[in-house]
Amino acid sequence: MKGGAGPMATRPTARPEKAPTVEHRFFELIPPRLTIDFVGLRFKMLILSWTLILIGLVSIYLHGGLNYGIDFAGGTMVHVKFPAPTAIGDIRGALSRPELREVIVQDVGQGGREFQIRVLGAAEGGSTAVADGIKAGLREKFGEGTYDVLRVETVGPKVGKDLWRDATLAVLAATLVMATYIALRFELRFGVGAAVALVHDVLLTLGALSIANMEFDLTTVAALLTVVGYSVHDTVIVSDRIRENMRKMRRESLATIMNLSINETLSRTLITSGTAILVTAALFVLGGSVIHSFAFALLVGFVVGTYSSIYVASPIVLYLEGRKTPR
Amino acid sequence: MSQSVLYRTLLFVVLAAAAVVFLVPTFVRPAPALWPWHQPVRLGLDLQGGTHLLYGVDIERAIDSTIDRHAQDLERELHDAQIGAVTAEREGRTIRVRLANKDKRQEVLDLVKERFPTLAPMPSEDVEADLSLTLDPRDAQRIRDNVVEQALKIIRNRIDQFGVAEPTVQAQGSDEIVVQLPGIQDPQRAKELIGKTALLEFKLLATGPQAGTPEHPGPGVQVVYGKGDAGGRRAYLVERRTLMTGDMLTDATVRPGTATEGMAVDFTLDARGGKLFGEISSANVGRNLAIVLDNYVESAPTIREPITGGRGQITGRFDFAEAQDLANVLRNGALPAPLKLIEERTVGPSLGQDSIRKGVLSFVVGSALVVVFMLVYYRGGGLIADAALFLNVLFLVGAFAAFGATLSLPGIAGIVLTIGMAVDANVLILERIREELRLGKTPRAAIETGYERAWYAIRDSNVTTLFSGLILFQFGTGPVRGFAVTLIIGIFTSLLTGVFGTRVVYDLLVSRRRLTTVSV
Repeated sequence: MKGGAGPMATRPTARPEKAPTVEHRFFELIPPRLTIDFVGLRFKMLILSWTLILIGLVSIYLHGGLNYGIDFAGGTMVHVKFPAPTAIGDIRGALSRPELREVIVQDVGQGGREFQIRVLGAAEGGSTAVADGIKAGLREKFGEGTYDVLRVETVGPKVGKDLWRDATLAVLAATLVMATYIALRFELRFGVGAAVALVHDVLLTLGALSIANMEFDLTTVAALLTVVGYSVHDTVIVSDRIRENMRKMRRESLATIMNLSINETLSRTLITSGTAILVTAALFVLGGSVIHSFAFALLVGFVVGTYSSIYVASPIVLYLEGRKTPR
Repeated sequence: MSQSVLYRTLLFVVLAAAAVVFLVPTFVRPAPALWPWHQPVRLGLDLQGGTHLLYGVDIERAIDSTIDRHAQDLERELHDAQIGAVTAEREGRTIRVRLANKDKRQEVLDLVKERFPTLAPMPSEDVEADLSLTLDPRDAQRIRDNVVEQALKIIRNRIDQFGVAEPTVQAQGSDEIVVQLPGIQDPQRAKELIGKTALLEFKLLATGPQAGTPEHPGPGVQVVYGKGDAGGRRAYLVERRTLMTGDMLTDATVRPGTATEGMAVDFTLDARGGKLFGEISSANVGRNLAIVLDNYVESAPTIREPITGGRGQITGRFDFAEAQDLANVLRNGALPAPLKLIEERTVGPSLGQDSIRKGVLSFVVGSALVVVFMLVYYRGGGLIADAALFLNVLFLVGAFAAFGATLSLPGIAGIVLTIGMAVDANVLILERIREELRLGKTPRAAIETGYERAWYAIRDSNVTTLFSGLILFQFGTGPVRGFAVTLIIGIFTSLLTGVFGTRVVYDLLVSRRRLTTVSV
């Protein structure tokens, strides 16, 4: 910068690199020299994790599978909005017509005003018979124009089948790619830890979706994949610190280093998870019915993903260490 | 050092200015006349309301019917060449030629080689056996490529007539076609239009003073658009009167032309058509006959001589693929392969509006929470991070406008999410700076080390998020893709603003005065 004038001019002053005697006071939620024994809690947490996963799986089993949207099952969906809260029973009543079998009516959480009406698997490609039947039923019961048809969707059965395969492949591929990346960047056991953590997160999120009876559709899979990315993101931060401390403290046991690292990064972990969870909560509460289950899956996944990098990924690294050098 | 800071500052100023330029048309309507950019951010169907149709193209059927036709043509040609009693039939993907007289085998092979270059004989030891011919795999592939192309073209023509603003018709995957009709709530008419049989008409090009101009066509003359010379669109003045329609055409095939003539398309008419066409062509030698498909001029060859006997030939300056297309149009006058509607989604206009409102609301509330939190927790450092966040959103949405990417509701969710995750880099850096300060380092050294140490974690964590974004993009369609795109662009804008952008500010701070404290 020639001439040196202007607001961005620099003054070449020789600066003595001596620590000024300033006491640093930061606004902190987590005190810096925290020593929580995370590692010591790992077996209790292991039991907690698996209990929760089991509950989720039982819920999925009892519900006879996830609450599939038409993306996966094929079929017809009509999304309606009433000006005032409406009883779900009235809507079901309106739809008990011979041409409609097995109608699923779901309140999509907008104060009893919005409902998704689904008929799974029945739709032949291009046929609007089911959608027409639903619309006719509503019209007869509530009268034309007293409600608003927000969306009408029909998906052929073949798409659903392909989608299942694609979704499963995508989640598996994501998990493998992440684990491989971590294994290459760090060590194999970190990769294994990350992979187990991811499976853990996906299973827990699926369970939560089932328990909350949230619809499982395309966007929910997108949310799962995002959770996978996010969870690894978190695992990377913790693993990165573990690796750094392992270099610094060669004498310490891995358990000590791990505890130290988790404590050191805890502030960051909680803050960034906090902001991510804040915005997702905003989406969940304010984002409307279309992305309700999407935001829900993200919300649960982020909480679980944060937890898993501390309590699932790290203990596995430790376990694999124990096997490498048996005491 | 100072020069590098200057350049980096300039970079961000330029980027921010560019983003503003790209975004003005989205928020100011109409944009100022002289504004260099006019394309607002495209909204997905879920935000503007409309109909989304997904069609499957039955490509294998198209290949079967091509082989069927080859078999028929071959049988006819062999018959014309007087090679004894022969039959040619399709069996699966091969054509079986049965010869009454096995001695003629070589003659048949020669004829196939000359007239049907895309058919290859299957190797066989047994000279007594029937002859089996297969379609050249390259030709099968060409049909696969072409069928979707052609179906796209036909659907586009039809949708154009439908008069929808900014329709989208595009291929998805290898055998699917997506049709998006913004603003259309009742897709019934659109579906009928897409699925109907095409109308093929023959009309004369208008000549002389009565023809008029494209702006003022003369009486009995209409303007029909069609393929221009350089691949562009061109207006043809054609006589309103339809001389003949495609239903009188029984067949059309490509004849590999000679060096002087170029490709030719042979066509055959039924008895009635042959007679009619004879009269038409005799009366109009030297004029151009427009072949109009679905009100779109495919070709307008000159009538060189009267065409009697129900067989004609169209020659022109087209290459093999174009000739093939024309033959297809003449033959089918319809879609090259059956279409099946596999997905239909309609979004009402009120939901689109509602979604935009709710998306923006979640964005405002979500980002306000993050901004306030950062400010309270990190004070000065938080302020810098918040400024970076502002630039981040500006760049992210600016990129959507610049690249013409489509913003869907999940896309908005992706922006909100990016805000929540973008501060991660800042938190990592600021926490690190705090740690270094606690160790007693000077602010300058703490900032230096903070950025350096935090970078590895930031890089690795963003690479993994990028992976999941890419996989998501690969997996998803429509709105999910929109989400993936937002996530991917967001990673880059977050790194750019959150890491490099904030660093510029710190470098400026450090270089301007002797820093004894830093507010983090």
